[in-house]
Amino acid sequence: MEEGAELSVVVSQVVQRLRGTHLHSHLEREAKECLHRPEIRIECLKEDVRNFLKKTGWERKLQNAVYRELHVLPQPSHAAAPPEHTKEPLAYMRKAQACWEKRILKSLNSMSTELGVPLARKRPVREQKELLQKWSEMGTNEPDLSHFRPVYAPKDFLEVLTSLRNPNLDSSDEASCRSHLGLIQVSLNVKDIPEMREFFCELSLEKGQLGIDDHTSFPPDLFESDHICLGKKVLSEQDSAAAQQYSRQGCPTGLRAHLWALILNCSNDPEDVMHYEQLKAGVINHDLLVDNLIYKDVKLTASNDDYYFVFEDYLYQVLLCFSRDTAVLEHFNYSSATPPTCHTKGQSGAEDGTSVYPPNGVVPFHGFSMYVAPLCFLYKEPSQLYSVFREMYVRYFFRLHSISSSPSGIVSLCLQFEKLLQVYLPQLFYHLRETGAQPLRIAFKWMVRAFSGYLATDQLLLLWDRILGYDSMEILAVLAAAVFAFRAENLMEVTSLAAAEAVLADLSTLKVMPLLQIFLFATVI
Amino acid sequence: MAGKVKWVTDIEKSVLINNFEKRGWIQVSESDDWNFYWMSVQTIRNVFSVDTGYRLSDEQLVNHFPNHYELTRKDLMVKNIKRYRKELEKEGSPLAEKDEKGKYIYLDFVPVTFMLPADYNLFVEEFRKNPSSTWIMKPCGKAQGKGIFLINKLSQIKKWSRDSRTSTFLAASSGKEAYVISLYIDNPLLIGGKKFDLRLYVLVTTYRPLKCYMYKLGFCRFCTVKYTPSTSELDNMFVHLTNVAIQKHGDDYNHVHGGKWTVSNLRLYLESTRGKEVTNQLFDQIHWIIVQSLKAVAPVMNNDKHCFECYGYDIIIDDKLKPWLIEVNASPSLTSSTANDRILKYNLMNDTLNIVTPNGEIPDCRWNRSPPKEALGNYQVLYDEEQAQSDGAERDLRSRSGQALGPKSCRANTLRPVPATWK
Repeated sequence: MEEGAELSVVVSQVVQRLRGTHLHSHLEREAKECLHRPEIRIECLKEDVRNFLKKTGWERKLQNAVYRELHVLPQPSHAAAPPEHTKEPLAYMRKAQACWEKRILKSLNSMSTELGVPLARKRPVREQKELLQKWSEMGTNEPDLSHFRPVYAPKDFLEVLTSLRNPNLDSSDEASCRSHLGLIQVSLNVKDIPEMREFFCELSLEKGQLGIDDHTSFPPDLFESDHICLGKKVLSEQDSAAAQQYSRQGCPTGLRAHLWALILNCSNDPEDVMHYEQLKAGVINHDLLVDNLIYKDVKLTASNDDYYFVFEDYLYQVLLCFSRDTAVLEHFNYSSATPPTCHTKGQSGAEDGTSVYPPNGVVPFHGFSMYVAPLCFLYKEPSQLYSVFREMYVRYFFRLHSISSSPSGIVSLCLQFEKLLQVYLPQLFYHLRETGAQPLRIAFKWMVRAFSGYLATDQLLLLWDRILGYDSMEILAVLAAAVFAFRAENLMEVTSLAAAEAVLADLSTLKVMPLLQIFLFATVI
Repeated sequence: MAGKVKWVTDIEKSVLINNFEKRGWIQVSESDDWNFYWMSVQTIRNVFSVDTGYRLSDEQLVNHFPNHYELTRKDLMVKNIKRYRKELEKEGSPLAEKDEKGKYIYLDFVPVTFMLPADYNLFVEEFRKNPSSTWIMKPCGKAQGKGIFLINKLSQIKKWSRDSRTSTFLAASSGKEAYVISLYIDNPLLIGGKKFDLRLYVLVTTYRPLKCYMYKLGFCRFCTVKYTPSTSELDNMFVHLTNVAIQKHGDDYNHVHGGKWTVSNLRLYLESTRGKEVTNQLFDQIHWIIVQSLKAVAPVMNNDKHCFECYGYDIIIDDKLKPWLIEVNASPSLTSSTANDRILKYNLMNDTLNIVTPNGEIPDCRWNRSPPKEALGNYQVLYDEEQAQSDGAERDLRSRSGQALGPKSCRANTLRPVPATWK
């Protein structure tokens, strides 16, 4: 009974959300038009129309859209729970997030005052024309950015996370408090290895896996060609759910772009292209303070990266549009974060002079552009690159820089990482801690960026295959722990944080899948 | 004969010297009795010149073929390839097949090129067929992008010939300052909106029979400025030329990556955005045109047994994923522009030495030039004429018992060298 009621709530929510979408009007039009077809009989109208929609692929499109909504639908909470619970059930997490947002906002405002740069301004016509001309080569713009500093870097965020405390925890029970030796001091329910093994069962040693070329039980070539065939079939079926399941064993390079777009339900329709063009017009018309932060970030990260420098111009084309996309605001329904609001003088809009800033509600931080960079290897059309990135962001990446208790949230990942290390490599953990090299201090930046910019791109894409496949970012914590395990011998010899950092400075030679498999399935527990 | 190799070089590059020292080889001077001389192309001219040259012993090895310029001078390479095509056509080889427009289907891999001033009239004729095309002028004997400019009007070339009649054309008659003019590839494949070319390293240990190796770790060199085919930018060399020597003077040159992208990045990008089949096809084609260029010069090359050569191939890919051979360098730069570059070039030299001086021992130039697989490092066999012939003979035997060879199956056999030789 209970479950049935819950289901009907979900169904009505999804129906509510799909009503008024382009898909809805397309479906309606198709259904109307098919009435003129001879095979549609009046006696069994409903069934014939349904069959027609099925045959023409519209049913699949609807299925995929529903599947997409299910991914971003807030967890149903108890009927008596206040609405903010759908964002984050734990009060102290909500409070910490609000505090953190206040800090960011303050620093944004003071940057604006100190540098005398308005948060937003309309560009003069001449400037608009210039920008339009330079649209695809914005990297050649050399604005003076020396006064701009990133609003925050992962390191600042880590400080906030390590100071998190649960006020309801009885600290008189010292034994339980002391049992965790890591930096994260709150307790959340995170998986141990047996639970991980169950969750990531498709990664087990007996299963074929893209990204592993020395299977013992599988001739890798045979698995690969079989897997490619299967991938083509999944694509021809255009089924999001199947594509997601498929991605757990890895996507073949040649099919990945299509498979990811299918999983994320980003079809690059004319509507998507138009939406992108509108955002582009927004960039042309208005200059935002955060644009400088984006520029600065790209220059500091991707432009110097061996893999991604080629795509510098694409990153601007995506990130500047992203900052203006109010459709992104929807993700705040299920995120612990709340979009910042600012007083923007001379802006039309809200009467009291406050509006969400930046328009998408996301303040970029140092390294933000690395969420986009790897996707540039997959999509050469800026509009498609854009929609795939946006969907990745509103499904996954936002959790990496907001404070929440979600199992894919950064707090859980940190705790997960520390627990894995402490339980399965206690000596190493203890040694590093005593040396003043708390492992999380090193691994944090990897996880905040979902390893982008640290791994070789082919390996990173194999990792992100699994994020999409399992609809979870817990794999990031597992990989971070696995990297420590892999370099354990060298790490046992270090005597300082700097030395430990040096041992782990270059991850570009790592092979992700063997590391994950060995850590998950060949660790003695 | 287990003595130490005595080496000389006139190129003071650490990637070279570190490699010699690692092997415990002994540095000597040019006038001493040396075994291994890594020399510039200027020096090789003297070593083999009629007046100053001297006889090399069996224990001496140099890193150039005496007349490498048959391949590495822009005009001569084109001349040799044209001759090679004509010969194949005369033999009735299926490789020389042409399409309905009279273009070679398989052998059209160098942009249309003429020698100036010698072929001026031929050039004008070709130019008039396509008056809107852009052409690139390059001095034959210079490298690193020196003296290169673009033209898209006949008047420009007339002006150039007037201006340079006194100096250049005179020199040209002596063969020194001749120019080649080539049809400019104005539809290059762009990545991230930017133009790039490929630098691939190829090692030849003998031309007859041909034995060559491809280095797996080539790279793409990117222009720092977005590519525009617009003629207003014809003078902006940062748009058109990818040579590091040119690009590093641009404002946007980045000293961390130096505008270089590994070939494995290129492969990942192409496979992801275009699919596996076309990507494999592109790389097969690149290998194929390199082998053809070497076959084209093999008959004229002085196949001196004391020589080997490591070439830098420059290749441009157009937006239809067709590779074009632009030029071949006899002395690919051993200067390192970035940390990664340094590692790459060190390894390139290491792997090259491992092949040409097996076990780091004193060379014996009469050796069979069939290094064991383990010695190849990052090289892979690109083409081995001996092996291809023995494979071919075997195939001949087999096919004789079967059906007669039609033109189709014949093409399949000869079009590309046996895949096993480079995979």
